[in-house]
Amino acid sequence: MKTCLVVDDSRVIRKVARRILEDIGFEIAEAADGLEALAWCRAAMPDAVLLDWNMPAMSGIEFLRILRQEPGGERPTVVFCTVENSVERIREALDSGADEYIMKPFDGDIITAKFAEVGLA
Amino acid sequence: MTPGDRELVAQLCAARAGVRIDPEKSYLIESRLAPAARREGFGSVADMLAMLRERREDKLAWSIVEAMAQSESAFFRDREPFALFRDEVLPALARVRGGEPVRIWSAACAAGQEVYSLAMIVEDERGRLPGLKVELFGTDIGERQLEKAQSGLYTQFEVQRGLPIRQLVRHFEQSDDMWRVSPRLRQMIRWRRVNLVADLSTAGRFDVIFCRYVLSTLVEPMKGRLLINLARALSPEGYLFLGDQESAAGLSDAFEPVSGRPGLYARNPAYRVAA
Repeated sequence: MKTCLVVDDSRVIRKVARRILEDIGFEIAEAADGLEALAWCRAAMPDAVLLDWNMPAMSGIEFLRILRQEPGGERPTVVFCTVENSVERIREALDSGADEYIMKPFDGDIITAKFAEVGLA
Repeated sequence: MTPGDRELVAQLCAARAGVRIDPEKSYLIESRLAPAARREGFGSVADMLAMLRERREDKLAWSIVEAMAQSESAFFRDREPFALFRDEVLPALARVRGGEPVRIWSAACAAGQEVYSLAMIVEDERGRLPGLKVELFGTDIGERQLEKAQSGLYTQFEVQRGLPIRQLVRHFEQSDDMWRVSPRLRQMIRWRRVNLVADLSTAGRFDVIFCRYVLSTLVEPMKGRLLINLARALSPEGYLFLGDQESAAGLSDAFEPVSGRPGLYARNPAYRVAA
């Protein structure tokens, strides 16, 4: 089974995303910020990461930049999922190694479509 | 709405556009027609239909047909037909046409997502196909759909259905909380209102026709007519794309399926197009 790490400081968002991603066949792990997410990845690199931008301790973009330098860190498909919806932010995410980008609010169709675009659904 | 009202709507749609409406689906009819009734200044759908019975106004009749015939769409809907267009159909036709334009028609373009998806592919493939010339056409039966298509303006929700993020950044501009297709892409497309089951003899000749999810919405007698119309409009070397699960088999001998390419049809060489 493919694994996806859901990284968001909102428990509600994590719960909603978990339900959607479990429906398309993922096993889910959760982290509330970038630091926690890094610890997860260093223990076991997931197949995919659904990543919020603004979080305490370490933001999504900081996490992504560090992740891509880690051994095996180039492997996970990273999909941002954030209220940051400007072109500048999207470009910054892509330049930092993001594979796809979801602008909140989202629904199950959008997450499924975006994961299909990166070959994971 | 009475059963007679629903029957009236079904008959009107079949007669004018060949569109099949199940008169039993009262919720569908009511929900599609309620905005049209408000727009036309009626207190209810029933009032609008009463006026139609009384005056038989052409403009009102078309407003009803257009509201019933409107369809949902998404960028790169179903993905595979667009990959096939990009990887096989467009390069093959570019070779055949040489320096002449490849003419591409999105026949029921709805709010424009299909024809803009094709325009994005053309733009992205120019590097691989030097000298490529293309003419793109978007048509639909609905004036309101066409207006939206021409505006190139989409909600955040719409641009996240099927559109890869890199395509969004490359081909769209942010406009407040909406996204607008770039002027370059919008300028590539010519728009026109077209009823696909009417006389299309002046529509022109095309090398690629996308006519997806139209055939399956038509009443039986109109399906053959649509295919004959499309055969007349397709160049002998051209390709027709139908929707997933749609088939020309048993409806007309104008087309033959392209082997191993579901939904893709070529002109049947044995078929003679009537003058």
